[in-house]
Amino acid sequence: MIPLSWYLIFAAALFSIGLFGVLARKNAVAILMGVELMLNAVNINLVAFWRYQRPDIIAGQVFAVMVFAVAAAEVAVGLALIISIYRRRNTIVADNIDMLKL
Amino acid sequence: MTPLQILFILVAGVTLGAAFMVVTTRNMVHAALWLILGLFGIAVFFVLLDAGFLAVAQVIIYIGAISILMIFAIMLTRRIAQDVGSQISSGWGWAAGVSLLVFSGLAWMLSRWEGFHNQMPALDPGADPLIDLGKALVSPAGYVIPFEIASVLLVAALIGAIMVAWDKI
Amino acid sequence: MGDPVVLIANWLDGLLVGWGLADGWVTLIKTILGGVGISIFVLVIDIFLVWLERKFVARFQDRLGPNRLGPFGLIQPIADVIKLLIKENITPAGADKYIYNLAPIIALATVISLWAVIPLSPTMFGTDVNVGVLYIVAIGGISTLGILMAGWSSNNKYALLGAFRTVAQLVSYEIPMVISLLVPVILAKSMGINTIVSEQSIWFIFLAPVAALIFLISSHAELGRAPFDLAEAESEIVAGFHIEYTGMKFGMFYAGELLHALTVGALFSSFFLGGWQGPGAEAFPILGIVYFFIKAFAMYWVVAWLKYSLPRIRIDQMLNFNWKFLTPLSLVVLLLTATLDRLLINTSTWIYAGSMFFTNILLLIVLFQIMKRSGRRERKRVAEPKPIARPDGVRSVPTP
Repeated sequence: MIPLSWYLIFAAALFSIGLFGVLARKNAVAILMGVELMLNAVNINLVAFWRYQRPDIIAGQVFAVMVFAVAAAEVAVGLALIISIYRRRNTIVADNIDMLKL
Repeated sequence: MTPLQILFILVAGVTLGAAFMVVTTRNMVHAALWLILGLFGIAVFFVLLDAGFLAVAQVIIYIGAISILMIFAIMLTRRIAQDVGSQISSGWGWAAGVSLLVFSGLAWMLSRWEGFHNQMPALDPGADPLIDLGKALVSPAGYVIPFEIASVLLVAALIGAIMVAWDKI
Repeated sequence: MGDPVVLIANWLDGLLVGWGLADGWVTLIKTILGGVGISIFVLVIDIFLVWLERKFVARFQDRLGPNRLGPFGLIQPIADVIKLLIKENITPAGADKYIYNLAPIIALATVISLWAVIPLSPTMFGTDVNVGVLYIVAIGGISTLGILMAGWSSNNKYALLGAFRTVAQLVSYEIPMVISLLVPVILAKSMGINTIVSEQSIWFIFLAPVAALIFLISSHAELGRAPFDLAEAESEIVAGFHIEYTGMKFGMFYAGELLHALTVGALFSSFFLGGWQGPGAEAFPILGIVYFFIKAFAMYWVVAWLKYSLPRIRIDQMLNFNWKFLTPLSLVVLLLTATLDRLLINTSTWIYAGSMFFTNILLLIVLFQIMKRSGRRERKRVAEPKPIARPDGVRSVPTP
């Protein structure tokens, strides 16, 4: 059937792609999308370890639920910040938002 | 190759392809839609891992709420000429190098772990992860405190997001 | 004898294993054929719904409806489909081609995929996931996305504005719908729809009438039908998010909307009216389908009744109604149901049912008192003479 290694390699690949998105994109919303990919890779890892190692201890799924909640909260606040920045500076290119004062 | 393995490879290919398109496409709304496809692939993986509740929770939270939020944010922060020109910053070579390094490091480190090639153990036929999850989240001997703190966090994020984006005009 | 689906499944099993296929492949083929079968069944009913809708609206408006093509106008939907198929497919200039073509597919596909978890009879259902209720909420969330895609890709200000409003309405009304759906989950002690249907020895509409009412209202708003149809009202925003769609693409939006109305009827009947239950349904599953569809079409008639009798409400009234009335009410109902369920944990069914019912009636009485008082206050506030501005800049109150 499907060994654990397949899930772990897949999650590592997804994490690296998300990391590339965070490091290499200009648009602030695109950086947030990279962060979302990384969080999802972590979730897959958690649930794969839960299923393959100790399916009787539910802590793996509980941890994944907490990651869902934290990711939702972070995206909400992050996007509110981005919209607020866009109103003041009229740009959301991350390279241009580098001075505290205009 | 059992059908399950073919299904896994197919869904993994679609998800990784969608993730790659998210980080390279120029049009932001297209990036959001590729992200939705990738998140859907992750939900399919949760189903394969016998975590049905997490799969539907993933669809509800990520695709039903977070992606729509991102699409709204993209539409509200667009300037006319913003989709033209490269969306990848100039240091992308270093970024690609770092992510390849991270991937190979993770893969090498995991392959040296002795449980790397474990097969899926059979679930206890009487066990129901859904009921266990429900009990764990609200029992004092379980995880009720992190659960309550997570709800306080969500309330704080809700109020914070409203205050930050409030238009005082 | 009374179960054709199991007979066909067994015959197929024998056939495929006789051809020498491995077990996994046989399951895969049966799964795919089952999915295709349900989709075809549901889409054929959709065509019948076009005729039914037009007959309903005609009778509500005191006229006859289509009666020229075929007996009682039954061939009319086929004529409608042929008309839609031969229309020209215009793609607006500057539209995002891929998203533009994907949106109607998503709109129809999400509605069809809702039928995968609804049990039509004790043995005929798509699949029995133990999180069926959440699956329904999830698919509802994806359909919201289809509308957003349609509005954005049309390269049209009115489409985009209509899509934003529709998405705001849909996302808002999801919340009381989900919370009111938790009440049957508490009463049946499971999230699987099969379990909820089979646990209804007393129909849940008698145990939780307020929750049923909230579910009906919020699903009606989720459908985007009058009185909540601001998003596609012709006098307000031309046609909303599907302005730029012609021919069969519009046909898919329209068919999806009608099918969604029937699906809401089917869901209401499964959660609150006992689904496929009726005399003799366990012995002969065929009877289960008959009872199910009688109840589903009865609820569809109620939905059509609401649509064709009530005027449209404004968007601020709609959102106020949701956030200031439905959501707190559904939370209160959930709290009361959960508390009562815990207190009455070992009593007999009749005491349980009776106390649930009376608590709900009590809640309705308290609610009406609150609404009466707040209505009186509002009427007094509106009847006050308002100050008007005079040309010389002096604001004064006109003499009554």
